[in-house]
Amino acid sequence: MSWTLVLVLAAGAYAFKVLGLVVVGDRSLPPVLERCLALIPAALIAAIVVKDTFAIGQRLQIDARAAGVGVAIVLAWKRAPFILVILAGAAVTAIVRALG
Amino acid sequence: MIGPWRDPRLRSVVTASLTLGIAVGVFGFVFGVGAVSAGASVLQACAMSLLVFTGASQFTAVSVVGAGGSTASALGSALLLAARNGVYGLAMARRLRGGLGRRLVAAQLTIDESTAMSAAQNEPEAGRAAFWITGIAVYVFWNLATFLGAIVGKAIDPTTFGLDAAFPAAFVAMLWPLLGTTRGRLAAALGAVICVSSTPLLPVGVPILCAALAVLVGVRR
Repeated sequence: MSWTLVLVLAAGAYAFKVLGLVVVGDRSLPPVLERCLALIPAALIAAIVVKDTFAIGQRLQIDARAAGVGVAIVLAWKRAPFILVILAGAAVTAIVRALG
Repeated sequence: MIGPWRDPRLRSVVTASLTLGIAVGVFGFVFGVGAVSAGASVLQACAMSLLVFTGASQFTAVSVVGAGGSTASALGSALLLAARNGVYGLAMARRLRGGLGRRLVAAQLTIDESTAMSAAQNEPEAGRAAFWITGIAVYVFWNLATFLGAIVGKAIDPTTFGLDAAFPAAFVAMLWPLLGTTRGRLAAALGAVICVSSTPLLPVGVPILCAALAVLVGVRR
């Protein structure tokens, strides 16, 4: 991993925080923009879940990770505490991998 | 600022913040392990948590780099996620007091947890205290846990313990609270579909960026 990534990300992330809290302050944004910005986490995080579960580079593959993430989804749906979601996801993946 | 430990109204906020801090520590640990297994040094992992301090962006950057994506695509998707802290800042600007120096410090603590905890308080004074207590608690636990995770990550092979799947499992845990609205579910489903269908066609990391197009479901009221 490059220091460029670490430092540019640090500067950019802080810039967004300052932009909202200090620069724009309590002025409000157009509602359409606020609605779209609010959806960024849902769209991107869902994409990352899918990528980390099925992708190896540019290839899609169903393997032990899918079993682990499947269990994590069921547990999240049942409102399990998130330490359990993470541990179960990792454990199931390790077990399926060891058996396979 | 009021003395939070003496004020009975704030005792629940303090308890909740510390609990949240410890829970966030779990993510911090997973982040530390994942970062070093994606090729970061212990120092880089710690620098990220100290300086970037916004979990989902850090996870994303590491996930893209770990999969072999370019620095540019890692930065693109991580910065898109960091943009939401700007939106939180808008909400918090109405709540927080103090001069420029204090606001510049507050900015670094403006993240999911501090904003949510502050917004949950009815009284403005409790809301301000909740922001600071939660922000500081999360900052401390997140950074300690990153350091621990990075040290442990250096010592073990993550795939042996399924720790590579701890990453998407952590993302599942982060995603769930965002699926409470129809719009949120729609954006998530569309983001996932865009990512899967473009993965074989585009360089690693770029499909995550393309998934951001799913926010356009917010255009219609």
